[in-house]
Amino acid sequence: MTPLLKVQGIEKRYGARIGCRDVSFDLYPGEVMGIVGESGSGKSTLLNCLAGILTPDTGEVLFEMRDGAVKDTVTMSEPERRMLSRTDWAFVHQHARDGLRMNVSAGGNVGERLMAVGARHYGHIRDEAIDWLGRVEINESRVDDRPTAFSGGMQQRLQIARNLVTGPRLVFMDEPTGGLDVSVQARLLDLLRGLVREMGLSAIIVTHDLAVVRLLADRLMVMKDGHVVESGLTDQVLDDPQHAYTQLLVSSVLQV
Amino acid sequence: MIEISNLSKTFTLHNQGSVVIPVMQGAELSVARGQCVALTGASGAGKSTLMRMIYGNYLAASGHILVDGVDVTKAEPREILELRRHTLGYVSQFLRVVPRVPTLDVVAEPLLAVGVETEAARDRARDLLTRLRIPERLWSLSPTSFSGGEQQRVNIARGFAHDYPAMLLDEPTASLDAANRETVLSLIEEAKARGAAIVGIFHDEAARDRVCDREIDVSVYTPKAA
Amino acid sequence: MSDYNFAYLDEQTKQMIRRAILKGLAIPGYQVPFASREMPMPYGWGTGGVQVSAATLTPDDTMKVIDQGADDTTNAVSIRKFFEKTAGVATTEATAEASVIQTRHRIPEETLREDQILVYQVPIPEPLRFLEPSEVETRKMHSLEEYGLMHVKLYEDIARHGAIATAYAYPVKVEGRYVMDPSPIPKFDNPKLEMAAIQLFGAGREQRIYAVPPYTQVVSLDFEDFPFEASKADHPCDLCGAEDSYLDEVIMDDAGTRMFVCSDTDYCAGRRAAGHVGAQGVSTQEEDAA
Repeated sequence: MTPLLKVQGIEKRYGARIGCRDVSFDLYPGEVMGIVGESGSGKSTLLNCLAGILTPDTGEVLFEMRDGAVKDTVTMSEPERRMLSRTDWAFVHQHARDGLRMNVSAGGNVGERLMAVGARHYGHIRDEAIDWLGRVEINESRVDDRPTAFSGGMQQRLQIARNLVTGPRLVFMDEPTGGLDVSVQARLLDLLRGLVREMGLSAIIVTHDLAVVRLLADRLMVMKDGHVVESGLTDQVLDDPQHAYTQLLVSSVLQV
Repeated sequence: MIEISNLSKTFTLHNQGSVVIPVMQGAELSVARGQCVALTGASGAGKSTLMRMIYGNYLAASGHILVDGVDVTKAEPREILELRRHTLGYVSQFLRVVPRVPTLDVVAEPLLAVGVETEAARDRARDLLTRLRIPERLWSLSPTSFSGGEQQRVNIARGFAHDYPAMLLDEPTASLDAANRETVLSLIEEAKARGAAIVGIFHDEAARDRVCDREIDVSVYTPKAA
Repeated sequence: MSDYNFAYLDEQTKQMIRRAILKGLAIPGYQVPFASREMPMPYGWGTGGVQVSAATLTPDDTMKVIDQGADDTTNAVSIRKFFEKTAGVATTEATAEASVIQTRHRIPEETLREDQILVYQVPIPEPLRFLEPSEVETRKMHSLEEYGLMHVKLYEDIARHGAIATAYAYPVKVEGRYVMDPSPIPKFDNPKLEMAAIQLFGAGREQRIYAVPPYTQVVSLDFEDFPFEASKADHPCDLCGAEDSYLDEVIMDDAGTRMFVCSDTDYCAGRRAAGHVGAQGVSTQEEDAA
């Protein structure tokens, strides 16, 4: 098996300040990797570099395309990268309003990616949108409502449906459960887990919530001050942390 | 099936004066197919630590742990996950699941993960839940709201859903009534009969005597305080 | 002649605008930025169209100005007067006699010829603005031909109204490349966008010029199961009886009596002069006799 994503020596600076430095890893098909760390640790910078939102100063992000060719998404042309982000990639934002069109109906939000890749049959687009709303547990009757009329959890689920409708192979998630009630988080996590398994998705999830990565991520990368200080199997890193910072992080979690 | 050689383990507590605590040294263990080996030793001797190392949950300081030919101490995360999915089962003392998932699906999940059809997986789950006397009316509920004993039985059902060639059992009969204890012991015997290599911790001596072929006292490997 | 430079604008400005027009013609449907000037009329009154007309006119031209199809509305009259005064060109209300026609919200009913130029006044040139407020992003979408969003707008229409309810400013794709806002003409006029005359579009406030050269392919966007339809009121003109022209609905009294009349006043007058009479019309021969 070859990696879906091969990240080598990513570095991003903001002037003299380091965003992230010397990050390398391989992500295999079907793998879910969590990136944890406190605010300012560089985890979001890294995610944005991987997803083509920021351009890293050095390093390669090699992605295996559907045809098996491996391309560096840092140096590929912008049209190609934007096409990837509409088809093979998905990005789930922490704030649903960053990832949704708030003045477009739920159906239109889900259908947009289909129309972007050429779907031109209203009936089919709508059926597909309704099917996806069902998969993220949004009732069909809400298909023509705008996301502004949805609760936070529903907005987040709609964002996921909108992202997954084109059957992406790699999903980037930035604090997908941040800002949601705990009960809503659980439902969302369960949903994500199911979708990841059903669709064989690979995912990179940035979060500061260790419970989220324990449930969703196969592997974990711990970041501090722009560096990866520790990485490995999720439960191993959480239960037998080796680095001082990880030990602090794990021991700081309040027990319920 | 499970081959452990010269295994050692230390914990370094960076945030408590970087204390280095050696907990295991020179551990050796070999479990063949169809064998069940009990880990014994006083509390704190390192029984659970050894099990967790075999499962890849704890990192080894040195030595080797071969499970079906894969060296857990060196394997990539995805190799360990693959091993856990297909080869190495683990029944821990605590149930850890996503809230909201129905019990039936919790038990069927390991089968779905290895590609068994949903209905076949659910049939197997129903069978196990019935044997372990979890009332059918609870199957559609999340086990997070169950009593400790019920959770333990759901955990066992989940652990035995897929026919793992190697299994780790941490106190599988603790807090069970006689009937359920009997069921668990027969599950273990069935697993042995189909050739599973089993490592277990049993405080229940009668159970240990019944299903285990050998005992290993892990306190032998506990480093002596300097 | 007046004290103004010919057609009000100075020669350098006209040159600049002509360059934008030529670029627009070279890249059909592409919005060319230009340095829009202050005109002696408010934005929204056709400052873009007026600047394009000013840069297009020659002393030999005959100009016609229409507003919603009519030659006699305030806007049309004042722009016509403006060019009579600043350019001294001949003006006309007859479509066939005009060489330059400035229009707001209509295409004349009469088929235009190769020796004519149609200048549109455009309020919002960006068809993607409705859903994507960022100009940076919409420009990128145009350059990368990412037009899925345009169909999202049509999808929303159908979802809400059961049909594509967009009745004017209906988006089109020009020569298989750029998606373009045809200005707020009724969608009835969309099929006429493929014509022999040169079509120039000027947006003064937004500082954009774009163009459709003669005989350019212009396709109205739609869905396979909701094809584009050039609709109009299902009624003949009450004055001239025309059944093929775009109609205005006029409310006649407090009781709600309605009358449908051609929005193109020149077309209607021409038909009535030729003897066509609608349900409530009086033939012009009779009027003359009276």
